[in-house]
Amino acid sequence: MSARSYRLVKIGAEIAVPVAILVAWQLWTAHAQSPRFPRLSTILTTFQDMWLFSQFGTHVVPSLERVGLGFAIAAVAGVAIGIPLGLSRVSRAAAMPHIEYWRAMPPPALLPISIVLVHSIGNEQKIAFIAFFCLFPVLLNTIDGVRGIDPTLIDTARSYGVPRHERIRRLVLPGAMPQIMAGMRTSLSLAVITMVLAEYFSSTSGVGYVLLISKNTYQLGPMWAAIVLIGVLGYLLNVLFILAERRLLAWHRGWRAATS
Amino acid sequence: MHQAMRYTSAMAAPGDVATAAAAYDGALAPRLRSRLPRLGTIAIPVLSIAASLLLWEAVSRSGLISERDLPAMSTSFQELWAMIKTEPFWAAFAHTVEGWAIGLSLAAVLAIPIGILLGVNDFAASAFRIPIEFLRPIPSAALIPLLFLTLGTTLKSEVFLATFGAFWPLLVQTMYGARDVDPVAIDTARSFGVGPRERLLRITLPSAVPYIATGLRISSTVALILAFTAELFMGTPGLGQLVNQAQAYGLTEQLYALAIATGFLGVAIHIAFSALERRALRWHPSQRSTGA
Repeated sequence: MSARSYRLVKIGAEIAVPVAILVAWQLWTAHAQSPRFPRLSTILTTFQDMWLFSQFGTHVVPSLERVGLGFAIAAVAGVAIGIPLGLSRVSRAAAMPHIEYWRAMPPPALLPISIVLVHSIGNEQKIAFIAFFCLFPVLLNTIDGVRGIDPTLIDTARSYGVPRHERIRRLVLPGAMPQIMAGMRTSLSLAVITMVLAEYFSSTSGVGYVLLISKNTYQLGPMWAAIVLIGVLGYLLNVLFILAERRLLAWHRGWRAATS
Repeated sequence: MHQAMRYTSAMAAPGDVATAAAAYDGALAPRLRSRLPRLGTIAIPVLSIAASLLLWEAVSRSGLISERDLPAMSTSFQELWAMIKTEPFWAAFAHTVEGWAIGLSLAAVLAIPIGILLGVNDFAASAFRIPIEFLRPIPSAALIPLLFLTLGTTLKSEVFLATFGAFWPLLVQTMYGARDVDPVAIDTARSFGVGPRERLLRITLPSAVPYIATGLRISSTVALILAFTAELFMGTPGLGQLVNQAQAYGLTEQLYALAIATGFLGVAIHIAFSALERRALRWHPSQRSTGA
């Protein structure tokens, strides 16, 4: 087989396998006739009825708002706290036990506590919960990224009299950026998970809430449609983030391509 | 300019630069400051933990946050102390660890061979690229209601959820590891007539081990989160179920005690698997300086 025909077969397989999986799903669900596993075609019709776009505003928008705000707060706070911690050994020694403890805490263990503390099951509680757990991947990666910067660079800048805030803005932040972005990417998928958990636990709106209600009322079509929607949201947010990362780190890739 | 001069003269010898770099890493402090930081690496964290516990006590006792919402640190730890002397707590603890361990083991048994296969076989990798890219970011929490209705509130549900969540990070790490094998080593072995089985066992697998160890560390945390999630949301026995009951009866002190205990379990798992990862990475150049 020539290299070209091999490549064609490979592309063929890349398309054929997902299609085969979907067809097998449809055939199996049509054959099984199980109420718990509705046909794929039924799920997709329900998906279209619910999410494109009749209930989009009432449930998807609140969920996205919580994910967006929680993630944004975590990203800003993670970088803002991570940079000084990365630069100072003493403050790092003081902060690390706390960070190590909270990053190992399974998020659902704090769900009831978050409700008790905030006295609400509304947006504040959801956003605070999401932001708290999304903080740690950004924070840890920022600290690592800052520590990974060549100290001679920072010392050189200091010896040339570059003021501290300029050093951070032009040297530390860009230098740590690739790692910061890696942390943010982890945080973004964590944001979707914590959003679903928080809404499934106690809520009055959102995709996690729809998941709970359709389960409790045994509406399997909407439940599956909600599962598919959450999958699609997770996937799309990831893709969007990769695109943004590519733009933001274009200089970094170019530099690496040039030096390696 | 004056400052620049002073600094460059101070850093004239190349050895000094190396020392400065090492000190920055926290690995090798300059001679003058060597005693102080070493004391600091113990004293500062201990003081910091003590201060935050006292702060917790003060915030609660002073009523800044009412004791009903945030029981004092001493109350919470007393509750935890009372709790760990009871049998139901350890039964729940064992259930959580059981769900975690079975889930993580299943994920390892599935993800490592599949990851190696997809890593070494270019064709298989592209055939399953789209399903993997699509399934991987799916929040496993979305599967809770489905599991509730199909497998019910059993250990099976908990294990399925933990396995599903732990599978993906481990799969991806293993794939990277198998792909990152030095091609020269493989070609050399091939030209010496080493068969594909031997090449897999003696070259691909060993060089993928550090990646697999990293994958296991990530997956061990994920598996714990999902085992706990299954218990909290589906009511399978374990620490999560205890949290659910404490919440239902409004036993706030128990909520805090259980959260502290769960946090320690998470820390223990994280420490154990980080140690495993360091062991697997011991020969790797990136680890050589940090060991000191």
